[in-house]
Amino acid sequence: MLMNRRSFGSSVAMASGLALAGPALAQFRVEISGVGATQVPIAVARFRDEDRTTQVLSAIVRADLERAGVFRGIDTTALIDEAGQPQMSEWRSKGADALVGGSVTRLADGRFDVRFKLWDVVKGKDLGGQSNAVAPTDLRLAAHHIADFVYEKLTGERGVFSTRIAYVTRSGTRYALRVADADGEGGQVALNSPEPIISPAWSPNGQELAYVSFEAQKAVVYAQEVASGKRRVIANFRGSNSAPAWSPDGQSLVATLSREGGSQIFVMGRNGENPRRVTSSPSIDTEATFSPDGRTLYFVSDRSGGPQIYRVPVAGGAVERVSFTGDYNISPALSPDGRYMAYISRQSGAFKLYVAELSKGATPQAITDTRDDESPSFAPNGRLIIYATRSGGRDVLMTTTLDGKIKAKLVSTTADVREPMWGPYDR
Amino acid sequence: MKNIKFTAFALVAAAVMAGCASNVPLDNKAAPVESRTPSTSSSSGASTNANSGSKVASVDLTKNTANAELARVVYFDYDSFVIKDEFRPVVEAQAKVLSADRTKKLSVEGHTDERGGSEYNLALGQKRAESVTKALKLLGVNDTQVEAVSFGKERPAVQGSDEAAWAKNRRAELASR
Repeated sequence: MLMNRRSFGSSVAMASGLALAGPALAQFRVEISGVGATQVPIAVARFRDEDRTTQVLSAIVRADLERAGVFRGIDTTALIDEAGQPQMSEWRSKGADALVGGSVTRLADGRFDVRFKLWDVVKGKDLGGQSNAVAPTDLRLAAHHIADFVYEKLTGERGVFSTRIAYVTRSGTRYALRVADADGEGGQVALNSPEPIISPAWSPNGQELAYVSFEAQKAVVYAQEVASGKRRVIANFRGSNSAPAWSPDGQSLVATLSREGGSQIFVMGRNGENPRRVTSSPSIDTEATFSPDGRTLYFVSDRSGGPQIYRVPVAGGAVERVSFTGDYNISPALSPDGRYMAYISRQSGAFKLYVAELSKGATPQAITDTRDDESPSFAPNGRLIIYATRSGGRDVLMTTTLDGKIKAKLVSTTADVREPMWGPYDR
Repeated sequence: MKNIKFTAFALVAAAVMAGCASNVPLDNKAAPVESRTPSTSSSSGASTNANSGSKVASVDLTKNTANAELARVVYFDYDSFVIKDEFRPVVEAQAKVLSADRTKKLSVEGHTDERGGSEYNLALGQKRAESVTKALKLLGVNDTQVEAVSFGKERPAVQGSDEAAWAKNRRAELASR
């Protein structure tokens, strides 16, 4: 019987709320909903001896694959290890197109030997597997790597299950900047503060987070090395300093500064040196983000009356408007291939996540049915978006496929969760 | 409003002193929230002069402008940065104090209600703060005496999702530094 610390609904049924065991702080419960058009049915068997460790690897692998939206888990209690010879006809009759099995063996030095095998049930083929010795604290990561392997073998695209997310929690008057696995688990506190923290921004190599902290009774941009906790001030000019974003080569940052009055966009070195003003308008210009090729800045400006999204070459030049849905559009995020822009649009008082395909000129699509969406951020493979919204009276994080069809809710049990940003490939 | 400031100060102080198991310890100075209480003894104004059973000496604090608490908040209409006429006296009173003492500094903190994105609201709050600092400078305050900053929607004065709460959050607070 699977150890059910959490229960993941099948991709068709809505998961119901469950009481959580385990440590209370920032424990996430994942609820996956929606049906995708073409979902590969996959069975993830129980791994031999996985119930002797603290992590049920097969459950983590299955949840990862389902959250991605292109897989549908087949329920099974079968135990299959990587050396097994499963009967393909048996699994075909269960409706599986693919099958994963494995084992977790404790080694003499305290590490665990994690092994797995992936089978193509339709073709009756062994698609390979891996064996890795990992420290006990890396068991979750080992499961995510297995999900990445399966995802890549079966879709031809890189999986994002080993990536991390950053987000901010508020509990009473305490704020925390946290880093967790992309499934919301394993959250660790990077910064604990009695004052607000907003706008976390991952550096392209995943080693640093820039963010805005109000600890000095004003908005100041800091950068912090995630592994060491070492912080440095990036921008503390007169007035407010906010909305940091890194250039794709990690050598520059863009931020919104009030040092020359109002809110204007400046590009500066990675330590905040030599700020160069990019926008020159009497209006609000903010929330700048680099295009994936590093040559263009997308940003928010209310120069036409209400906030809209514009773009301008980093080196300077003509400003071009790119958002036209209604009178309030903010928080642009570009997909890693530069093809899509996610943003927040206010429609009849509701703040909704929209996705626009930039080159096509097609009508942008609202992809949620919630009313308080914020802070969209793409996964590094461009297939998922994480965002914050309000559900059941709580601030929660959600991931969604770009068509809005498969969504997963990451609900913290104890705190309001906001300001998510998806980190890069790095582990 | 004074109550809100005291409560906020108490909360912050309590939070700081509760001790944080943080990876990055922050400077534990509590937020400097200035509260200006009258320093003259101001009991009810009835003297306890035992020599006269019915004499009551009157202590008038309203003339004692140096110790009176100055109003410190300017409220704004939705989507507006215009200082309404009813709040002009607030700005004028502060300008007077700052003009009289050039060592005095003020931080003008702009705020918005909860609706909308964090960063755009930070910029809107900045506009409100700058509206006040501009007015102060026009009244003779030196540029170096004031800094306009913003908390956007991150520090509401009043919790709630109705117009009554929103109206109390659209504000600029003038805080001594």
